[in-house]
Amino acid sequence: MPMPRPSASTTYEKSRTSTRHPLALTIILSTALLALSPAQAANLTDNRRSGYAFMGPPLRAMQDDDMTNPASLWQRDGETLWAEPIGEAGRSCADCHGDAASSMRGVAARYPAFDRTMNRPIDLEQRINHCRTAYQKAGPLAFESHDLLALSTHVARQSRGLPIAIENSKALHPFLAMGRSLFHERQGQLNLSCAQCHDDNAGRSLGGATIPQAHPTGYPLYRLEWQGVGSLQRRLRNCMSGMRAAPYAFGAEAFVDLELYLMWRANGMPMESPAVRP
Amino acid sequence: MPKAGSRRSRRRFSVEAFVLLPMALAGTVALAEPPLQPYAVVGDSIPRPLTGQPGDPDAGRRIVADRQEGLCLLCHSGPFPEQPLQGDLAPALDGAGERWSSGQLRLRIVDARRVSPGTIMPSYYRTQGLVQVAPAFVGRPILTAEQIEDVVAYLATLRR
Ligand code: HEC
Ligand code: HEC
Ligand code: HEC
Repeated sequence: MPMPRPSASTTYEKSRTSTRHPLALTIILSTALLALSPAQAANLTDNRRSGYAFMGPPLRAMQDDDMTNPASLWQRDGETLWAEPIGEAGRSCADCHGDAASSMRGVAARYPAFDRTMNRPIDLEQRINHCRTAYQKAGPLAFESHDLLALSTHVARQSRGLPIAIENSKALHPFLAMGRSLFHERQGQLNLSCAQCHDDNAGRSLGGATIPQAHPTGYPLYRLEWQGVGSLQRRLRNCMSGMRAAPYAFGAEAFVDLELYLMWRANGMPMESPAVRP
Repeated sequence: MPKAGSRRSRRRFSVEAFVLLPMALAGTVALAEPPLQPYAVVGDSIPRPLTGQPGDPDAGRRIVADRQEGLCLLCHSGPFPEQPLQGDLAPALDGAGERWSSGQLRLRIVDARRVSPGTIMPSYYRTQGLVQVAPAFVGRPILTAEQIEDVVAYLATLRR
């Protein structure tokens, strides 16, 4: 059953062709570097810090307590949606998956994951939409819609405290390599790369905002700036706009590759979803 | 539930805040950006003004301090007591006019890569060789020739 594709992703395909060749080269070079086990990756990166470590005590407290964490509202909505029979199939998530606390435990910690029908990695939002379309016959939820964020928050909450565990599978390597080269490629009118801020200048002040290391430990999360819950892709779009780069469309392959690389880079770090960030 | 608003009001701007204003402007003005002025690099400097005339230091100060226009305080700090939120990714601008001639300052703003190839400082007067540029900024330098001259004129006044 094919995945629902956001219409805008075709624009991305077009715009990417111009950069395909240099990227393809980088992939060949960096696939070799990526052949590390998650354990090795963790050993190499002892100095990794979650965005949590860069926040002050009030925000940490807000995240830690379900009573004050605003994302709890989204999670509770997700819990309700989980049990609602919908679509032509008239089935609920719970009909097939039972209690999320056990069936979804650790699932978000290993997404994006390779999907055989798509022959490429898909992220948690796409995975949920796949169940909606294929099994509930209900059609996909829009990216960043309240219901999709509610469901993904509910699912991701079941991984809280568990280590990020992107599978070290050969099938993922080309996509990891693509994500890695996107992370290191300069882009936008300001001609900056993600790595120049998040690897080279983490902990410094970008006009007053502390630059974190960009570990995606807490998504979906509540961001004060948004006054709402958003996905990792929404966060990445914010950074791309800051670089004055054209953000990829929600669901674009480049985004999933970047998400995959970021999660792989954070392998072994504990999940915080749903986190709170400034 | 937490009082998100109280924290928010104290909040410093975030990366994306820098783009909103120029995006909006780009949508309404500037249909066709004039092509870049040619300039000659001599040693580590561009001795002649891009516009053929000196800039306005007061306008330059405004551009440097403006988080949507100059973006300088993203990375630099400087003598701007009215701006509590400044960056620390780069040397302070204080005394820049003592360290560098106007020509040297001009090259550092026009194309900082010429003096420091791996630098994160953007080339303010460049439109080529960029990837994935947001549509509103395609074919436009970060600052115009006039704005760069204003900034150079202001930096030249920065003496300790
Ligand atoms: C100019 C510097 C800069 C660049 C370039 C940049 N970012 Fe960021 N990024 C930031 C800052 C600053 C924050 C934190 C914002 C805040 O707290 O308001 C951030 C936040 C993030 C976060 C959230 C981390 C968390 O704890 O939730 C991720 C993930 C991220 N960036 C990824 C990226 C990626 C991927 C790119 C390249 C496409 C990128 N960034 C480019 C400055 C940058
Ligand atoms: C008719 C049964 C059915 C329904 C209804 C259903 N799913 Fe699924 N779901 C599956 C099956 C079967 C798989 C695993 C096999 C596959 O990959 O297709 C799966 C896999 C998943 C996974 C990935 C698990 C993993 O270990 O990688 C997630 C997350 C998920 N479903 C969420 C949901 C959510 C949320 C809903 C409700 C919106 C839902 N599912 C509704 C049958 C269903
Ligand atoms: C993205 C970060 C960034 C931005 C934005 C930026 N700079 Fe820089 N700038 C740097 C860095 C880093 C250096 C140090 C040179 C190097 O990288 O080797 C530098 C160097 C300089 C220097 C020479 C260093 C010295 O001793 O004074 C001047 C002058 C300067 N910048 C002015 C500006 C002005 C004016 C602006 C705004 C129009 C600006 N910069 C915007 C990062 C930045």
